[in-house]
Amino acid sequence: MVDARGYSCPTPVVMVQKAVKESSPKRLEVAVDNQCSVENVTRFAQNAGYKVTVSDFEGDFKLTLTK
Amino acid sequence: MQKESFVRRYGLLIGTGLAVGAAAVLLTFLGNPANMGFCIACFLRDIAGALNFQRAGFDAEVGTGIVQYIRPEVIGLVLGSTAIAMAKKEFRPKGGSSPMIRFILAVFVMIGALVFLGCPLRMVIRIGGGDLNAVVGLVGFALGIIIGILVLKRGFSLRRAYQQSMAEGLIFPALMLALLALLVLRPDFIIFSAKGPGSMAAPVLVALAVALVIGVLAQRSRLCMVGGIRDAVMFRDFRLISAFAAIIVAVLVGNLLLGSFKPGFAEQPIAHSETLWNLLGMVLVGWGSVLLGGCPLRQLILAGEGNTDSAVTVTGFIVGAAVSHNFGLASSATGIGTGPVAVAVAIGFVVMAVISVMNMQKLN
Repeated sequence: MVDARGYSCPTPVVMVQKAVKESSPKRLEVAVDNQCSVENVTRFAQNAGYKVTVSDFEGDFKLTLTK
Repeated sequence: MQKESFVRRYGLLIGTGLAVGAAAVLLTFLGNPANMGFCIACFLRDIAGALNFQRAGFDAEVGTGIVQYIRPEVIGLVLGSTAIAMAKKEFRPKGGSSPMIRFILAVFVMIGALVFLGCPLRMVIRIGGGDLNAVVGLVGFALGIIIGILVLKRGFSLRRAYQQSMAEGLIFPALMLALLALLVLRPDFIIFSAKGPGSMAAPVLVALAVALVIGVLAQRSRLCMVGGIRDAVMFRDFRLISAFAAIIVAVLVGNLLLGSFKPGFAEQPIAHSETLWNLLGMVLVGWGSVLLGGCPLRQLILAGEGNTDSAVTVTGFIVGAAVSHNFGLASSATGIGTGPVAVAVAIGFVVMAVISVMNMQKLN
């Protein structure tokens, strides 16, 4: 899981970009703590061909990216 | 993958950009300084002046400086953001991501902005008014952002923030309410310029109402001047930059309608034509803003959402404005400041380089 909680954009997107680039996983979980990062990571993931679902994660957000 | 429709993707941002541009033209028409609309750097500087942290251009005859006023626009932007963030359950106090580094970066971003004479928002507003010096500023701004992106790509981060108490998050919006009280009550120790740009202002209620609306729109759309160029270069994402373009279009159309569009370099309102300094000032602003994660406008909006790192950043802007004017670093219509401008800008570059290198780390 990429834990980007506490980071403000664009760092969460950079972290996800790096994870995708390194191993292009079929499934990737990302935790973020603000709505703005949810939107930015979702947009990046969709452009990279992933489906994104958002769920609650310890009061923050968990994005599940699947291909 | 479901394709996002154009309206859904760009609608809110372009709408916000057009609203910001229209608001800038309207507020200028109603009395704000020319090509200023609501420049965040200029208006925080004016607030620093109202609190007597600086009294640039002090005139003994009238007893005030020329850039001292509590700008209701700043108050409105923050409180608009706070209100909508609370309504949307996005008011989440957090902070602790290298606050002191952010403070120092903010001081130098403000010094750079006042060498150029405007924050990124005013730069765009100046371009829409035909001020070609601001195009030079834009080149510098883009260069600074590219430096910032190279630093980001090497793992730069100011480390994570943590959840803070509601009281901590509410301090900054509360300070805005206090400023509003001072603006309305006008006690003797608060100084409002009797002449110069600080004496030029749209009516308080109109300025406040317009800024509240823009604050709401900016919070919802995440509008950011530095984010526009950054995302376009880094991620080929053109959403934020579409708002950037929309502001220029709205300001341009507004100025054409009002007959205030004057293309050229010479005799532009509250601007100078020292190309090198217009460029270098905005390189500092672009670089520093990427490291800070957003332009001065965005920092105000985030501070309104309870982000105390952004609140510290805004405090740094205010201190930077006082430093700029007290040490003669700020430019004026006649040219760059009479103080050690070159030394200050050089120190700014060194500070940003050291902060950039020292905060590169492996993410994850």
